[in-house]
Amino acid sequence: MTDVVSPVAGISKPKAARRDIGIKRRYAAERRFRAYGIAALAFGIIFLMVLLWSVVSKGYTAFQQTMITMPVEFSQQVIDPQNERAANPQKLMTANYPIVARNALAKVLGVGADDRVGLRSVGQMLSDGVRVQLRDMVVANPAIIGTTQTVTLLASGDIDSAFKGQIDLNVAQENRKVNDQQIKWMTQLADSGALAKHFNGGIFVNGASSRPEAAGVGVALIGSFYMMLIVLVLALPIGVAASIYLEEFAPKNRFTDLIEVNINNLAAVPSIVYGLLGLAVFVNFMGMPRSASFVGGLVLTLMTLPTIIIATRAALKAVPPSIRAAALGLGASKMQAIFHHVLPLAMPGILTGTIIGLAHALGETAPLLLIGMVAFVANYPTTPLDPSTALPVQIYMWANEAERAFVERTSGAIIILLLFLILMNVGAILLRRRFERRW
Amino acid sequence: MNTSLILLILAFVGLVGYFAGGRHAMALVGGLSSKLHSRPGYYGSFVAIWAIVPAVVILFVWLVASPIYISSSIRGAFPEDVKAQSEAEQGLAYGMISSIARGMNALTNEEIERIGSNPVDLRAALATKGVPLAGDPKPYMVKAAGDLNVMTDISRITMTIVVLAASLAGAFLAYRQIAPRFRARNRVEKAILVSLVVASSIAILTTVGIVLSMLTEATHFFTHIPAWEFFFGTVWDPRFAAAGSGGSEGQFGLIPLLLGTLYIGFVAMLFAVPIGLFSAIYMSEYASPKVRSVAKPLLEVLAGIPTIVYGFFALTTVGPFLRDLSSQLNGLVTGNYSNFIQAQSVLTAGFVMGIMLIPYVSSLSDDIITAVPRALRDGSLGLGATRSETIKKVVLPAALPGIVGALLMTASRAVGETMIVVLAAGVAARMQINPFEPMTTVTVKIVNQLTGDLEFTSPQTLVAFALGITLFVITLCLNIYALYIVRKYREQYE
Repeated sequence: MTDVVSPVAGISKPKAARRDIGIKRRYAAERRFRAYGIAALAFGIIFLMVLLWSVVSKGYTAFQQTMITMPVEFSQQVIDPQNERAANPQKLMTANYPIVARNALAKVLGVGADDRVGLRSVGQMLSDGVRVQLRDMVVANPAIIGTTQTVTLLASGDIDSAFKGQIDLNVAQENRKVNDQQIKWMTQLADSGALAKHFNGGIFVNGASSRPEAAGVGVALIGSFYMMLIVLVLALPIGVAASIYLEEFAPKNRFTDLIEVNINNLAAVPSIVYGLLGLAVFVNFMGMPRSASFVGGLVLTLMTLPTIIIATRAALKAVPPSIRAAALGLGASKMQAIFHHVLPLAMPGILTGTIIGLAHALGETAPLLLIGMVAFVANYPTTPLDPSTALPVQIYMWANEAERAFVERTSGAIIILLLFLILMNVGAILLRRRFERRW
Repeated sequence: MNTSLILLILAFVGLVGYFAGGRHAMALVGGLSSKLHSRPGYYGSFVAIWAIVPAVVILFVWLVASPIYISSSIRGAFPEDVKAQSEAEQGLAYGMISSIARGMNALTNEEIERIGSNPVDLRAALATKGVPLAGDPKPYMVKAAGDLNVMTDISRITMTIVVLAASLAGAFLAYRQIAPRFRARNRVEKAILVSLVVASSIAILTTVGIVLSMLTEATHFFTHIPAWEFFFGTVWDPRFAAAGSGGSEGQFGLIPLLLGTLYIGFVAMLFAVPIGLFSAIYMSEYASPKVRSVAKPLLEVLAGIPTIVYGFFALTTVGPFLRDLSSQLNGLVTGNYSNFIQAQSVLTAGFVMGIMLIPYVSSLSDDIITAVPRALRDGSLGLGATRSETIKKVVLPAALPGIVGALLMTASRAVGETMIVVLAAGVAARMQINPFEPMTTVTVKIVNQLTGDLEFTSPQTLVAFALGITLFVITLCLNIYALYIVRKYREQYE
């Protein structure tokens, strides 16, 4: 039976050189392929770093603000020359406070009262916000009129930029916003310690302002907070209810199939389409107010629902059937088995999904633009029905401002937004680590 | 009584009903809960549900219906010459009447009598109360405003009575039904089930809302501009809607916007697909678990960053960088230091959008590559193929349909992306092929047309809805097809 094989096996071939199967070439290809993979991964991660670095390096200075500390004389001559404040309290509201501040600074710098050009330059070094600051001081305590107090005042945005080194001083004087005299004064004040950078609490509490040094995200934070609250209150119960029905009760029929396909598609609908829906249905048809965080919250709720439903269904699916069987076996009804046993076990997964959905909603801009949240709102909204803006929308509005100081503000606002997102995501991760069970 | 107070009262009635119901059930069986059909809490819930749900339903129906009824009856009583005016003018008149009505509520009775019906005085008086009017009110408006206030008050009082009565009646009837053998649990569970069904149909309602709202507004638009001019027009020049003039007709051609959208999306995919795909392959086939556990979350951070941040990054970093780079390159080659890449360009927007899309491509295709059965890889490796050969010749072909599905989903995201293109792509609607020049997209134009003052009758505003439905249909088709492919592919290996 070896007849067939033996002739071949019998011949002892001289040892031939190894057949070239291109092993070198193939290994080189293998290394190349691997290198492509590493390069792609590295590219992605490097760009993440570049993006974060570019935002942080532009924005961290926004958390410091240049301020000038100096003695300010609340002169009766300027504030209330006719001494009529007792009869007419309105007088104190409309007095010319910027002049008070300007005179104080001029005195510190030794600029004469008759040097009008000099005085104007001095005035430009202070922010327009001093009007409100000094007015509030005087209105709160009219007794300080006629006295001299040491006050810390906001420097103007241009001086702030110059002091932070963001203005190129090699450019000719005419082409930049601060002149040489102001720079000299600025250095002089800085040397004496009067002008210094302070922590900028204003960026967290102030409302919109056309002056970069006085602009803040306070109103936007409130608006975003209202919206997140509305999304949480509406989307979580509705999403959980919908997923319980679809996962545990729904019979397999056309209708539930339709709902299922629907939810998957809604998750992929561009967010701007939700904005159009909100504008047409909530604002135009139902007559809800434009720019209100309530409407924004509703739109974001609809947008977040599919995310929450998908996460909840996955969490419910992960609870093993034995739990349900045990509860049913002890005589619980189906509803009791689900609400008393399955749902609590699925809760960590549901909450994780919800937080991630909320984080997504917090960063969403496009639908809010359409329902009119691009608004200049300087006052805090007291209810969700008042006009307000949202954090990402504020970023969008500042990004469109031309002034240099607004770039810094924008990056600062982005840092705040990213911090919130990091906080939420870390919370979600911790929740998952702490409570997640593997069955 | 205002709505929130009514809701508060309803909640209180419900709470009382809950405890009363539970107690009543226990009392009926002398404290032996084992004799009850259901746990006492279910009896309480049964009462609470009957106390709250019907009343709330009535409340909301009333709140929606009564303003519509009141406004139609006020408009019906307009003088004949006002009725002859256009719909928009009547709307303005009605708006004025409702602000007069609002202002009159703020005035005291003496003030109203003193003013009488002198329109100028009325306007001044209302202004002091913080209700500015657009013009001097006409006498019929003042009368209508009075009627409006009366009707609103009557409606409000009736509503309060009806709702509270419904709540009490519901609670009472439910309370009466309680008996030891009464199947309260089954009733309550039925109610919960109904609420679950309602919650899950909200998804359907959202879709219906999207489609209906956009279709109706788009149909309005197509009465101004013929559909074929919109879909096949090559010039986008909407002009401005002058307030009140009804808007001069501009040109609304979709083609330049669509081309811009597709071009920018294409450039984005050009960056995202190779990078995302190679990262996915590396992470699923080569990387050690340790590298994977670091790299995968890092890449996913890219997906968590809001698109407005990408837009800002494109606007202030990438755009100027590309512009300066091009001027330096141009200078080195030709000696002429002028930039050939604009700061806002297809390339800038596409590139940044590509970065944003990397994690989508990589995590979707990662899942799909991991789903390819181990046996296929082992077979190939066992025959002597290197890893890369296995991936190229076995794994990728097997995963191809799934990957195509994933890419389609990513493409639909690129088409619908808004903030990056709003900030980085430019606003000029042009048809050209140079990637270094700005182009604009459908989403940018939706935002442009809808920010600022709106007038829901002008084609300049309504065109946004026509653009929106186009966008919706495109992304829907891409997604349905992608889901279909992915599902079919998954079945293949299960």
